[in-house]
Amino acid sequence: MIAQASTASTEPRIHRAVVRRGTSRRQRARRLAWQVLRQIPLLAMAVVVLFPLYFMVSNSLKSDQAFAANALEPATSPTLSKYGHALTTGGLARFFLNSTIITVVSVTVATMAAALAAYALATMHFRGRETIFRVMLPAMAIPSIVLLVPQFRLMTHLGLVNTRWSVIILYIGVMLPLSIYLFRNVFLAFPRELLDAAAIDGCGVLSTFWRVVVPASRPVIVTTLLVNTVFAWNELLLALVFLQSQQQRTLVVGLTVFSSLYSLDVPELMAGMTLATIPIVAFYLFGQRYLVRGLMSGVGR
Amino acid sequence: MRTKRLAPYALLAPAMALLALVFAYPVVAVVNQSLSVPGLFGVTHRGFGNFSIIFKDPLFWSSLENNLKLFLTIPFMVIVGLLIASLLYSRTSGWRIYRSLAFLPYVLAVPVIGVVFSYMLEKDGVLNEALSSVGLGFLRHDWLGNPSLAIWSVAAVIVWQQLGFAIVLFLSRMIAIDESLYDAAKVDGANSFQRFLYITLPQLARVIEFFVAISFINMLSWVFSYIYVMTGGGPVQKTYVLELYVYEDAFRNGLSNLASAASVVILTVATIVLAFQAVVRTRVDRIAV
Repeated sequence: MIAQASTASTEPRIHRAVVRRGTSRRQRARRLAWQVLRQIPLLAMAVVVLFPLYFMVSNSLKSDQAFAANALEPATSPTLSKYGHALTTGGLARFFLNSTIITVVSVTVATMAAALAAYALATMHFRGRETIFRVMLPAMAIPSIVLLVPQFRLMTHLGLVNTRWSVIILYIGVMLPLSIYLFRNVFLAFPRELLDAAAIDGCGVLSTFWRVVVPASRPVIVTTLLVNTVFAWNELLLALVFLQSQQQRTLVVGLTVFSSLYSLDVPELMAGMTLATIPIVAFYLFGQRYLVRGLMSGVGR
Repeated sequence: MRTKRLAPYALLAPAMALLALVFAYPVVAVVNQSLSVPGLFGVTHRGFGNFSIIFKDPLFWSSLENNLKLFLTIPFMVIVGLLIASLLYSRTSGWRIYRSLAFLPYVLAVPVIGVVFSYMLEKDGVLNEALSSVGLGFLRHDWLGNPSLAIWSVAAVIVWQQLGFAIVLFLSRMIAIDESLYDAAKVDGANSFQRFLYITLPQLARVIEFFVAISFINMLSWVFSYIYVMTGGGPVQKTYVLELYVYEDAFRNGLSNLASAASVVILTVATIVLAFQAVVRTRVDRIAV
């Protein structure tokens, strides 16, 4: 298969072109057969990936009767009524708002705090610099469940259980190690001369940061924002434990609870699931490159 | 001059304060609580009593066993991931679209996936309907309701979501391999399988090892959402995992000392995996570079 690989490569390479010209019709037919054969596992993968999404979206557009009649078929007379119902009587509009507030606040604060910290870690010399970074990094791998009991006690002491602040603070903490890591990598490669020049021009630490470093770091900012947004929007465990009143629930928790309460109205549930998924898919479609890079970034660790 | 010396600490302060609140203090507190054993007359003393209670609890061991069963998804994901990544690497037409599709499940919310799959896997769900309609009716099962099958159904859903991560990870490393290595091997007469075995695999050793380590930690301690949404630990506690054990002890049964002890066990195992990976890493580096 690798042999096919190199001949089908998109990179133009001279000796390959020579090889290709020299091939016979039979070899070409064989190559075509390979091309078709190779599509089979990939098409199978595509079907397996897409089917649950198809199931979710198509059934969200059906009436109860249409769903009961056949859950496999596409929606023949699609209706958005289940969406309306989920948002109003289902209370999803409220959950959507809660998720949005929690995500926007935690992601914004985490990204700013991480950028500042990484700026210090990458460009300044001070005691404890390496120690701080080394101690902070493994926090990324600490399982959420492990710290849940003490975190709950702490939030109870602070009187923050059942308020958005508890979840926002925890999310920021969870986001910080990876975000600092991402920013630090970029800032380490930042040309020192630019920083020195800004200092000579009389810029202080913060104004150098805002005017010189931030504008030049858009890709890593986008990456960090996206990775953190996906995390905050999708998170279940912390939101489930810390936000117990119906009024405070995030979309994902709301839907999870909704699924056990309203299990009879599957189309409405699927409509809610689709609504929760749309923003994430949109982010993925528009920022795929950045998002994938961010999620893969632990590799170099 | 003085402000300059304090500047880095000022920049670090917000992040450090939050990390202390969210990680540092809770780590100390959970270890501390796991060691406090309530005694007579409300006096607590320090000891390993909580650990001996959970180590005697059959549910703790069966939870661990289920986590271990989930470990079997890892070799599967490595092998299938390598296969699909190789297909994509050979620039099969549409490979960019396939790559995007493969990664898509990884960014979706676990609870959403879990709920959608639990409806698909129901006794009268679409999977069974589809099996019947293509004449495979004998394969019909109550996928999440059958005690001996449920954990494997959950495992399949986990693979559905996380395989794409392996594919994209492996593919991105393959693309970075110096093509002259392959050309040299071709000149030496190596066939495509030999080139895969002697060039691609060693070059991928490091990312495979990374994927295995992070998946170990995932299967041990990041599967709560799948279980909570799809089975809630049932049927008859057959899909209990360590995380659910902690969650139930702490927030349902009010046994937060035991929950802390179980948490410390998870934390210890995760640390051992990471330390082990660091050791393997230095070995792998010696082979691969």
